[in-house]
Amino acid sequence: MTTKSLKILASAAAVAFTATIGAAQAAEPIKIGAFLSATGPASFLGDPEKKVLEKYVAEFNKAGGVLGRKIELTLYDDAGAADKASSFVKRLIENDKVDVIVGGSTTGATMAAVPLVEAAGIPFISLAGAVVIVEPVKKWVFKTPHTDRMAAEKIFSDMKKKGITKYAMISENAGFGKSGHDETLKVQANYGMTLVADETYAPKDPDVTAQLTKIKNTAGVQAVINWGFGQSPAVVTKNYKQLGIAAPLYQSHGVASKDYIKLAGDAAEGVRLPAAGLVVANQLANSDMQKAVVVKFQKEYQADFKAEASTFAGHAYDGLQMALAAIQRAGGTDKAKVRDEIEKTQGYIGTGGTVHMSPTDHMGLNLTAFHMVEIKKGDFVLSD
Amino acid sequence: MLSSFLQFLISGVTVGAIYALCGLGFSIIFNASHVINFAQGEFIMIGAMSAVWLADAGVPLPLAVILAILVTMAVGVLLEKLAVEPARKASVTTLIIITIGASIFLRGLAQEVWDKNFHKLESFSGETPINLLGAVLMPQTIWVLGTAVIVILLLAWFFNRTLEGKAMLATSFNPLAAQLMGINTKRVLLISFGLSAGLGAVGGIVITPITFTAYDNGIMLGLKGFSAAVLGGLGNGAGAVAGGLIVGIAEAMAAGYLSSAYKDAVAFIIILAVLVFMPNGLFGRKGTERV
Repeated sequence: MTTKSLKILASAAAVAFTATIGAAQAAEPIKIGAFLSATGPASFLGDPEKKVLEKYVAEFNKAGGVLGRKIELTLYDDAGAADKASSFVKRLIENDKVDVIVGGSTTGATMAAVPLVEAAGIPFISLAGAVVIVEPVKKWVFKTPHTDRMAAEKIFSDMKKKGITKYAMISENAGFGKSGHDETLKVQANYGMTLVADETYAPKDPDVTAQLTKIKNTAGVQAVINWGFGQSPAVVTKNYKQLGIAAPLYQSHGVASKDYIKLAGDAAEGVRLPAAGLVVANQLANSDMQKAVVVKFQKEYQADFKAEASTFAGHAYDGLQMALAAIQRAGGTDKAKVRDEIEKTQGYIGTGGTVHMSPTDHMGLNLTAFHMVEIKKGDFVLSD
Repeated sequence: MLSSFLQFLISGVTVGAIYALCGLGFSIIFNASHVINFAQGEFIMIGAMSAVWLADAGVPLPLAVILAILVTMAVGVLLEKLAVEPARKASVTTLIIITIGASIFLRGLAQEVWDKNFHKLESFSGETPINLLGAVLMPQTIWVLGTAVIVILLLAWFFNRTLEGKAMLATSFNPLAAQLMGINTKRVLLISFGLSAGLGAVGGIVITPITFTAYDNGIMLGLKGFSAAVLGGLGNGAGAVAGGLIVGIAEAMAAGYLSSAYKDAVAFIIILAVLVFMPNGLFGRKGTERV
C-alpha cells in the first residue's frame, strides 16, 4: 500500500470515527437540571416556575429539540429549604450529570447552590431576586429576575417626578422585605431622598396599625414604601386605608399579581408599584418590542393553566430560553462554551425585559425593564 | 397623643383577640386528656379555608360558616378515630407527637384539596371604620372579641353544668376511676376532638376577614394561640383570652412606643417571665403530682 492510500484510509477512518461520535452525541439528550420551591412557603414562586419549565421543555421536544437533541428535564422540589436545595444540587451535578441548571426559586436556595456550581463548573441560571446572587459577579452564576435595588430605584425616580423628597418605609423583617429595605437605603442618596420613619413587622402579622400610626404621626412623610411578600402587603394596604393616611403608598414588584388586588380589595386603589411588562402585557405600546413576547407567553400560560401568568412564571421562561439559546449557539453542551454563550446573551427579549449580559453583568437588565403601574378599578394600569 | 395610645391599644386588642380565639381551642382536648393538640392550628385553617371555598362557590355566608364548622368537626373526629385512638394506651408525649404528624399531614392535604394561594373572606359587617376619639376600630374586631366572650361562656357552662363536660374533667383527672364510674372514656376523647375542631373552625372563620387565610396559616395561628393558652393557664378559657390580649397589647405597645423591631421579643419576654414565676400560667390550676 502506498503512503497516499494509507493517508486516505486513515482520514476515512477518522471521518467515520467522528461521524460515529457525532451520531452518538445526537442521540444523547441535553440534560437540564432544576431545583424549585414547588411546595412550601415559597410555592407561589416555585409552583408556576415548575409548570413553565415542564410545559416549554415538552414544547421544545415536540418541535424536535435543540441541535437535533431531545431535552431531558430533571426537577427537584426543595420545598423552600436551603439545605434541601443544596443536596438536590449535589445530586443534579453528581448523579444526574446535568449540562446546565435553571432554578433556585428563593435567594436562600440559590445561595446554597452557588458554591457547588462554582466548584463543579456548571452554568447556573437563578430565578431569585436579590442582588447578592450576581454581585460580586460569579463565573458560573446568572439570574433572570429584576433586583430589589432596581425596584427601589424605579420607585424613587417616580417619587422624584412628583416632587417627593421625604418618605417612610414599612417592611417585613425577613427575607425579601429585609433585603428590599437595605437596598432602598443604599440608593436613596442617589435620588436625594430622606427616610423619616422606618418600621418593620413579622411576615404573618395580622395587623400593623400600630406601626402605621407611628408613620402617620411622623411629620413630613410625603410617601410610604412597603416591602413584603404574600399576604402581608395586603394587610398593610388595608390598615393604611383604615387609618386614612393621605400620603401615596408604594408597593414593591413583589405584589405584582392579581392575588394582591383580590386580597386588598378597594384599599388597593391608587397604590403604585414597579412591575415587569408581563403584568400590563396588553397595555404596552405596539411599538414596544417586548409586547409580542409577553402577550404570547400570557396567552399560552392561560390556555394551559387557567390562571394568569405571574412574573415568577416569566422568570423560569426566560431562564430556559436563554439556556437553550446558549446551547444552540455553543453548538453543544460543553459547559465552558455554554457559560461563555450565556454571558454573551445580547438583546434577548424576554418577559422580564431586554437582556444584555456582559462579563461584569450577569443579569443584563436595566431600569427600562420596569414600568410604573397604578391600581385603578381593581386592575394594574400603566402609568409612566 | 391620646389618639395614638388608643390606636395602639385597639391594634393590640385586635391581634390579642385573634390569638385568644385560637388559644381557646387548646383547652378542651387538654382538659380531656392532657394532650396538647398541635393540629389545633390546622383546625383553624381548615375552618377558614372551607368557609372561603364554600362562600366563593356561591353558598350564602351563614350557611357556609355552619357547613365549614361541621366539615372541620368531622376532620377532628376522623383524626381521633384514625390516629389518636389506636395509640390510646401510649403516653401523653407520644400522643402529642402524633398530633404534630397530623398537622403536617393536614397541611399537605389542604394544599392538594384547595391550593397554595391566599384567600379572603368579606367582613361580616362591612369595612367602614368606627371612629373612637381619633382612633379607628374595625367592626370585624368587635366580632372577634364578641365571639371569644361567647365561647368562654359556653366553655364554662359546658365544663361546669353539663354531664358530658363533667365526664370530660373526670376523665382527665383519673381515667381509670372515671371508667369505673361508668364514663365511656373512649367517647369522651372523641367528643373532645370534635368540639376542639369546631371551636378552631369558629375562630378561623371569624378572624379570616382580618388575617386572610392559606393552607399554611395554621402554623402561626396555632403557635400564637398556644402561647396565649400557656400564658393564661392551659385548660382555662378565660385564661387563654387574658393571655392572648396580654400578648397582643404588649406587641402593639412595643411597636408603638419602643420599636417594631422589638415587638416579638417583648411578647416572648413577658411569656417567659410569667412562666418562670407561675409555671401553670396566670390562671392555671396548681398541678399536683401523686406519688
